[in-house]
Amino acid sequence: MEYIPQILFIVALAFSVWFFARNVGRLRRNILLGKDVDKTDNKPARLNKMIRVALGQSKMVTRPIAGFLHILIYVGFVIINIEVLEIILDGIFGTHRLFAFIGPVYDFLIGSFEILALLVLISVIFFWTRRNIMKIKRFWSKEMKGWPKNDANNILYFEVILMVLFLTMNATDYQLQMNGAEGYAEAGAFPVSQYLLPLFDGLSNSTLIAIERTAWWAHILGIFFFLNYLYYSKHLHILLAFPNVYYSKLTSNGQFAHNETVAKEVKMMMDPDADPYAMPEEDASDEVPEKFGASDATDLNWFQLLSAYTCTECGRCTSECPANQTGKKLSPRKIMMDTRDRLEEIGENINKNGEFKDDGKKLLDDYITREELWACTTCNACVEACPVGIDPLSIIMEMRQYLVMEESAAPMELNNAMTNIENNAAPWPYNQQDRLNWINEN
Amino acid sequence: MSENLKVPTMASMMAEDKKPEVLFWVGCAGSFDDRAKKITKAFVKILNNIGVDFAVLGTEESCTGDPAKRAGNEFLFQMQAATNIEVLNAYEIKKIVTTCPHCFNTIKNEYPALGGNYEVMHHTQFLKKLLDEGKLKVEGGQFKGKRITFHDPCYLGRANGEYEAPRELLRKLDVELVEMKSCKSRGLCCGAGGAQMFKDAEPGNKEVNIHRTEEALETKPEAIAAGCPFCNTMMTDGVKNKEKQDSIKVYDVVEMIAEAGDL
Repeated sequence: MEYIPQILFIVALAFSVWFFARNVGRLRRNILLGKDVDKTDNKPARLNKMIRVALGQSKMVTRPIAGFLHILIYVGFVIINIEVLEIILDGIFGTHRLFAFIGPVYDFLIGSFEILALLVLISVIFFWTRRNIMKIKRFWSKEMKGWPKNDANNILYFEVILMVLFLTMNATDYQLQMNGAEGYAEAGAFPVSQYLLPLFDGLSNSTLIAIERTAWWAHILGIFFFLNYLYYSKHLHILLAFPNVYYSKLTSNGQFAHNETVAKEVKMMMDPDADPYAMPEEDASDEVPEKFGASDATDLNWFQLLSAYTCTECGRCTSECPANQTGKKLSPRKIMMDTRDRLEEIGENINKNGEFKDDGKKLLDDYITREELWACTTCNACVEACPVGIDPLSIIMEMRQYLVMEESAAPMELNNAMTNIENNAAPWPYNQQDRLNWINEN
Repeated sequence: MSENLKVPTMASMMAEDKKPEVLFWVGCAGSFDDRAKKITKAFVKILNNIGVDFAVLGTEESCTGDPAKRAGNEFLFQMQAATNIEVLNAYEIKKIVTTCPHCFNTIKNEYPALGGNYEVMHHTQFLKKLLDEGKLKVEGGQFKGKRITFHDPCYLGRANGEYEAPRELLRKLDVELVEMKSCKSRGLCCGAGGAQMFKDAEPGNKEVNIHRTEEALETKPEAIAAGCPFCNTMMTDGVKNKEKQDSIKVYDVVEMIAEAGDL
């Protein structure tokens, strides 16, 4: 009988880890549905950027209030996880405060966790207020209705619940320690939860133990649940921000992706010795001609798909976007959210059918409209604004390439400009022979 | 008024078996747009005045392909790029300066993958270098003490991280430099990039250039400085829309330097 809690705990832990691993597997599979792109270069520079931007949160603080509050939650989250390790070991071995033997260091750790928990709680309340009471504009855009809106609040509620449970657990533990209850040897420091003691005033040891155990169990089961909530949530960024920054673009923002397939074709066209009637090379004969650009999520590369899962929908990109600021439909955040939604749909399709069965849908038109794509000024404000290295512009460009090179569906004025470039070497209908006329004009 | 601009072409230099130090890439706007041609001339006046050894491609120059690439026409872009690179490499060009941030960005960042490797500078960077070398003298002149705000071109600033060269030049002009609420890495686009210059905007509640002009006007400037022919057009239109064209002019930084130096 005495092993029952341990067995239950191990079952809960195993299920939570198994379910999480299953979803990580799906996540990985979905991301790898994207085209290959070589990101193995410049490892030291990538590591450096990851340390600065992801670990060091350097881009978060361009908005000082949100940045500061976020750092509190981030540090709290990372450090309080040391306590979760102890809780898990206690659960497995049926011990209580296993690490207590390290003495004063333990007191210091528990004390710091408590202070961090309080700071997290305060930050979360600020975040909730900014989102729901102050109604900061970027949290109330069109794409933030329904699940995205609820998801954001769920995370905040969850963090409140976890922190309250953590502090309740500590407060009752502290009271039991002071009462000299069996199994509650003195350990830890409780700079925050000591103020909760009046709430438990006069309760018997057995009631206190019941509350302490309930809080302990609810806290750790809550963490197991939260871990598995990640895959369905924008909160995945707590894990994916790191690889996403690592693999993000290192070259200057102005350098758009190079297309080698087109380069080969152009080279052949420019080669005076090329035989236009030549038979295709043997090994090229059964190659399917590559589609230009992207009309569906799987036409994008794996880094772009990783970014779609990384996006935490903070909306900094959208709030900096000149098109969005002037009322156009384009929202870089929506580009990322749509990409993830479509990729998830494709993933679900594969889960159900074993392989992807055509569902008659695609990212273009069913999710992202042409109007959104053509509103972009390619100004890179969204790329610059993203705290985790997401490049929504690269997806817009891929989709424009599809529209122009596969469907010849550019807006008419752009077709005129492009025809001019082709014929007169300038986007306007002027003759190339007149390019120097300015010298003699007044 | 005869301005006596000395603008040698690469072809004429080649005929004399000479090679210029630097190629001035004029760009389509700089060659054909009436407003931008003034920027081109202002830059040439300064080059002539200092005696910089430069040349232009003239009728051998063609669109870099920037608008085609940003519009999604990779094929047309690469055709343009290949043609230009062939010409540039035939003349063994090593250094290029241009008054257009779009040409600057494309040649600097996107030509190398296609076999075009050059040292490329925006004209504000080039002038800043001349200033540092003591070859260019910049004096306040008529702009001394004037309240000026600088609009960052996306393809100079965010795209290539150059925020200081144009500001340094403006400070040398002794102007009172005031910043807009979104500037430098957070500078708001003028609305022309990504081939938007050549099409109507999508439906919305405002034009981007009007929005940006409002930000500029909030600083109560006596003039607006820009570093891109397209930004210049957009901001000039914005100022006209606000009926401020008589009191607030939009200049390129190089025009201010030329005017201050009575060139």
